[in-house]
Amino acid sequence: MIRVMILCLLAALPARAETVVAGLSQSRVAITTSFAGSEILIFGAVKRETPILRENPLHVLISVVGPMEPVTIRRKDRRVGIWINTEAVALPAAPSFYAVASSGPLSAALTETEDLRHKVSIERAIRSIGASSQADNSTDFIEALIRLRTEEGLYQSLPSRVSFQEQTLFRTSIKLPANLTEGDYTARIFLTRGGTVIDRHEITIGVRKVGLERWAWTLAHERPFIYGLLSLSIAILAGWGASTLFRYIRS
Amino acid sequence: MQIYLPIAEVSVNAFLLLGIGGLVGILSGMFGVGGGFLITPLLFFVGIPPAVAVATSANQIVASSFSAVLAHFRRKTVDLRMGTVLLAGGLVGAAGGVALFNLLRDMGQVDLLVRLSYVVFLGVIGALMLVESLRTLRRTRRGAPPRRRQRGWVHALPFKMRFRTSGLYISVIPPALVGAAVGVLAAVMGVGGGFIMVPAMIYLLGMPTKVVVGTSLFQIIFVTAFTTLLHAVTNYTVDMGLALLLLVGGVIGAQVGTQIGLKLKAEQLRVALAVLVLAVCGKLALDLLLKPVELYSLSGGVA
Repeated sequence: MIRVMILCLLAALPARAETVVAGLSQSRVAITTSFAGSEILIFGAVKRETPILRENPLHVLISVVGPMEPVTIRRKDRRVGIWINTEAVALPAAPSFYAVASSGPLSAALTETEDLRHKVSIERAIRSIGASSQADNSTDFIEALIRLRTEEGLYQSLPSRVSFQEQTLFRTSIKLPANLTEGDYTARIFLTRGGTVIDRHEITIGVRKVGLERWAWTLAHERPFIYGLLSLSIAILAGWGASTLFRYIRS
Repeated sequence: MQIYLPIAEVSVNAFLLLGIGGLVGILSGMFGVGGGFLITPLLFFVGIPPAVAVATSANQIVASSFSAVLAHFRRKTVDLRMGTVLLAGGLVGAAGGVALFNLLRDMGQVDLLVRLSYVVFLGVIGALMLVESLRTLRRTRRGAPPRRRQRGWVHALPFKMRFRTSGLYISVIPPALVGAAVGVLAAVMGVGGGFIMVPAMIYLLGMPTKVVVGTSLFQIIFVTAFTTLLHAVTNYTVDMGLALLLLVGGVIGAQVGTQIGLKLKAEQLRVALAVLVLAVCGKLALDLLLKPVELYSLSGGVA
């Protein structure tokens, strides 16, 4: 009888596991002429078929990653009395945007090993990609990259900023700054217990220029000569227009 | 009012850009300088990426210079013949400048060289102009007749041509060389080059100050237009939205500046321009000499 019960329990285990379901307030961000940043709301719930375990609470971690881009970090040094760029570290790919929010302090929500495996914290996410071109002191350079981008609002560390109710409903909002790079952003949602990831979910957010912005960008990249001529004609026309207008006003 | 710029990929206050354009336009009309040496650093300050700032300011200079040159045409203060000679040199120089720029970029020291050349050029020219114009001012006040222009080596060269508007009969080699030097600067530093050309025309070629401004504007229009096209085709860094805002402010400013310039005496104009040039030079020199707050900087792409 006991054996049968254990067998049943084992069979039911996958169904018993807690899984995460999530949604976004918007699955695409449109960059228009008046775009001044945006905020996306990421929300969801934990799906489970067993009672909530009280002693070892769940945590939710949410990270939003922008498109990868190469970046060069340079450092100035004093040479013959003037400050010039000397050393440089080039990263073949670094996220143009990275935000990580968690329901508690990051150290409580995720262990080092799990962070290493899933690359959730900013430090891990950046460091994991630069491994190929390491200089002796590349740590300093990567710290500088994180610091500079954090100042611009492109990298955000938001501990305890996911509101997590009754270990079931969670919600957070991530601010996207105005200087966004176009492309596909990925929102990753991790569910952890005791610092170990027990489920993860991914959603894509498309960030696209639309309307006039799209038109100008496409023209500039696909027909650069026409675009250049158009820019010049606008300039000449504006110059002539102003001159004529002023003469008219004066006379 | 925030506005998103499609090529620069940043959101900036539209009125701030109009203001920058207006300020630079006034200077452009007053002194005949394109204002690139001011507008480019100002755009960096607002947060526009350097590559876009350099390319777009070239486009903006076309607009404000065109507006200003029309005002000069009406007053017949443009020496078309001299302008054409300067322009021929300028186009050759600009093409060479782009090649030089690419070479420096591959070496990763473009920033430093641009800054250093700014400091050296602005410092030397500003100091020379200030000393010279202050001396002239003092002499005029004393009532002594202005000293006659010296006939130096410039007049000993072959291929002489008569420039009626300027009242000169000199060789075409010096103006062509001045034009070429300015063309190189236009491509490398993203400026019109008026701040180099105006003093060169006054002191080297001996042109009358009133004609100098209009003529340099005439040359700047074509050289910067050429540079804008080169940037648009090779780097895709000309931002039409940004240019439009700057030039709306700029063309209005240029008209105001031209009127102010006509009311001032030539010598006063020179003193004011010299002080301005020295101020920009001082700021750039300080940036190089003082320890920067942030030692690190980021740039897109792998060098």
